[in-house]
Amino acid sequence: MLIIETEKCTACGVCESSCAFGAISIQGDCAVVNDSCTLCGACVDNCPEQALRIEIAEKRIQADLGAYTGIMVFAECRHGKVAPVSYELLGIGRKLADKRGVRLSAVLPGSAVAAYAADLIAAGADTVFLAEHPVLEQFHEDVYARILEQVIREQKPEVVLAGATAIGRSVIPYVATALDAGLTADCTHLDIRDEDGMLLQTRPAFGGNIMATIECPLTRPQMATVRPKVMAPALPDLSRKGEVVRIDVPQHQAQSKIEVLETVVNTTDQVNIQEVETLVAGGRGLDSAKGFELIRELAAELGGAVAASRAAVDSGWIPYPHQVGQTGKTVSPKLYIACGISGAVQHAVGMQSAEIVVAINRDKNAPIFDIATYGVVGDLYEVVPKLIKRLQEIKK
Amino acid sequence: MKIIVCVKQVPDAKDVRLDPKTNTLAREGVEAIMNPYDRHALEEAVAIKEQQGGTVTVLTMGPPQAEAVLREAIACGADEGVLISDRAFAGADTWATSYTLAKAVQTLGNFDLILCGKQAIDGDTAQVGPGLACRLQVPFATCVQKTRTISAEAIEVERMMDDGFDVLRLPLPALMTVVKDINEPRVASLKGKMKAKKADILIYSAADIGADPQCIGLAGSPTQVVRVFSPEPRGDRQIFSGSVDEQVDQLVACLRAHL
Repeated sequence: MLIIETEKCTACGVCESSCAFGAISIQGDCAVVNDSCTLCGACVDNCPEQALRIEIAEKRIQADLGAYTGIMVFAECRHGKVAPVSYELLGIGRKLADKRGVRLSAVLPGSAVAAYAADLIAAGADTVFLAEHPVLEQFHEDVYARILEQVIREQKPEVVLAGATAIGRSVIPYVATALDAGLTADCTHLDIRDEDGMLLQTRPAFGGNIMATIECPLTRPQMATVRPKVMAPALPDLSRKGEVVRIDVPQHQAQSKIEVLETVVNTTDQVNIQEVETLVAGGRGLDSAKGFELIRELAAELGGAVAASRAAVDSGWIPYPHQVGQTGKTVSPKLYIACGISGAVQHAVGMQSAEIVVAINRDKNAPIFDIATYGVVGDLYEVVPKLIKRLQEIKK
Repeated sequence: MKIIVCVKQVPDAKDVRLDPKTNTLAREGVEAIMNPYDRHALEEAVAIKEQQGGTVTVLTMGPPQAEAVLREAIACGADEGVLISDRAFAGADTWATSYTLAKAVQTLGNFDLILCGKQAIDGDTAQVGPGLACRLQVPFATCVQKTRTISAEAIEVERMMDDGFDVLRLPLPALMTVVKDINEPRVASLKGKMKAKKADILIYSAADIGADPQCIGLAGSPTQVVRVFSPEPRGDRQIFSGSVDEQVDQLVACLRAHL
C-alpha cells in the first residue's frame, strides 16, 4: 500500500496533480490517499520531499530469469494464410533479438502450413516450430492454448509476442495465465532496456488518455500483444537460413471441448481503411450521423475512405469497421484528415503514424492539434464545405 | 441454470480527457459507471435466465463504492450481488484480477455459465475473461455477438472474428465474453430499482475467498507500470490562424504539394 510520511509531507500538492485516478489529495497539512489508489507510483516519483513510498506484501514467487532466452513470435494462420501481423511481429522481434543477442523463433500452428515456414525465415525467424494437425484448420482455443503453452514451457523464450487479433486476444491471455506470466495488451512500442535486458512495453492506459510503460520484472516469459499495422515488417530476405522443427500433436492434445460448427466470412465489399492512402475521419464534433455525409463528400473528393473516432462509433453514427484507435484499427495513410475529433491518446495511437495529419476542430486546445501536421481552428461545418470547394476549383 | 456475470465500475471515458496545461487527467464531473460491455453481458444473462430459469449473480472486484454497479445490475434483473473488496487487491493487473475473481467464483460454488464484457473501457486489455476461463478450466468463447441456442448441457454462440464469425458449440459449464451487438440492454424497472435498494450485497474480503496474499493486488501482478507520460507533440506542426477562408487557403496551399 501507499505509505505517506506525515512528518516529511509539506502539503505542496504535487502528488494530487500527478495522480491519474484522483486517489490522493491534500487535506489540511498532509496528503491523504483513498480507495481509488492503484499503486501506479506516479505520486511517489513526483514527490519532491520523498514523503511517499509503496510497500508491497511479499512479492510473488520469482521465475528463474536466467533460464529463459530468445524471442518467440506466434505466427497466426486463418483460412490457410499467415496473418500479415505475424510478419510485422517478426520485424520488431528481429530488432529485439539482435539487441539481446539471442535467437528469434516463430510458432506456426495450422493444418497444412509447412510451406509458410520459409516465408517466416525470410522475414527474420531463426527457427520455426511447426505444429500441423487437421484440427488446427479451425481456431479451437483450447487446442491452440495447449500447443502454445507446451512450446513455451519447452523452449523457455524470454519474450513472446502475438498479434492483437481476434485469435491472439483470445488465446494469449489464457496461455499467459496458465504460465503465470505477465501480459501487456496492444503495445504500440517495444524496446529492450540496455542495463538489464528487460522488455519495455508501452501502450495507452487509463482510458487511453495517457501512455504507460510496463515491464515484468520477476516473471518469464514477458508476453505482449501488438495490434496489426503498428510495427513494420522486415523486407523478406530469401537468402536467410533457418531451421524448421516439427512439433508433435498427439491425438489427445488435438481433442477440443469446443465444436466449430460453421465459419462465416463477411464478403460485403467494405473498404478496408488500413489499405487506403487517404482517410477522412469524423468524431464527436459532427454532432450527428448526418455529419458523415459531409465527411464522405470530402473523402470522395480526395479519392479516400471514411474513418471515425470511438465516440462517433459508440454514438451509432457509423459502423465499427470504420473505427480508428486503440479499440479500433491502426492506420498509417499518407493523408489523415481528422474532423471534429478531440484526439485523445486512445484515438491518436491508431493514426499518429500517418504521414500528414490535418486537424479541423473548433477547440484550439484540443489535443489533436499536438499531433497534427496542419491545423485549422474552426467549425468543421464551415471549414469542410469550403475545403471541398477549393479542391474542386484546383481540379479545374 | 446458475449464471455469474463479472462487471467492473469504470470512469465514464467520454468525460475523461487530458488537461493540456497540467498534463493530468481532468476528472471533475467524471462519473463512475458500469463498464458498457458488461451491461450487455448482464442483459444476456438475464435473458437466458428468463428462458431457462435459474439465478443471475453479479460479481465485481473494486473499492466499497463499486457496490453501486451491483445495485444497478440487480435493478436490471440480476438476483444477487457480490462485492470483492479489500485494500490488498489494489494495483492488481489482469493476472491478479482473474485469480481473485476465480477464487470468489469457487467460493460461491457451482455455476453453469459465466458472462463478461469483452473488455473494460478503462484498461481495454480484454484479458480477464480468458484468464478466468483458464483458472476455472472451462471452455470459453470471446467476443460473442449472438447466442443461438442454449440448453442445460451446451450453448451455441457466434464468435466474432476479424473477417466474419465462427459458430461454436460449448459444453456447460463455460465462459463467454460479449460484444455490444449481442443485445440491447433493458432499462431498470421501478420494481427492479426498489428491489436493488433493499438488496443485501454480499461482501468478500481477501481472507473470505482464501486468497494467497502473494497472488493478489500489486504483489500478485506480474506486470508493473514503470512510467506514465503524455505523448510528445509533433515537431513540425503548423496551426493556422485567421478567418476560415484564410485558413482553408493556407491548408490547400500546403496540401497541394502532396495531392
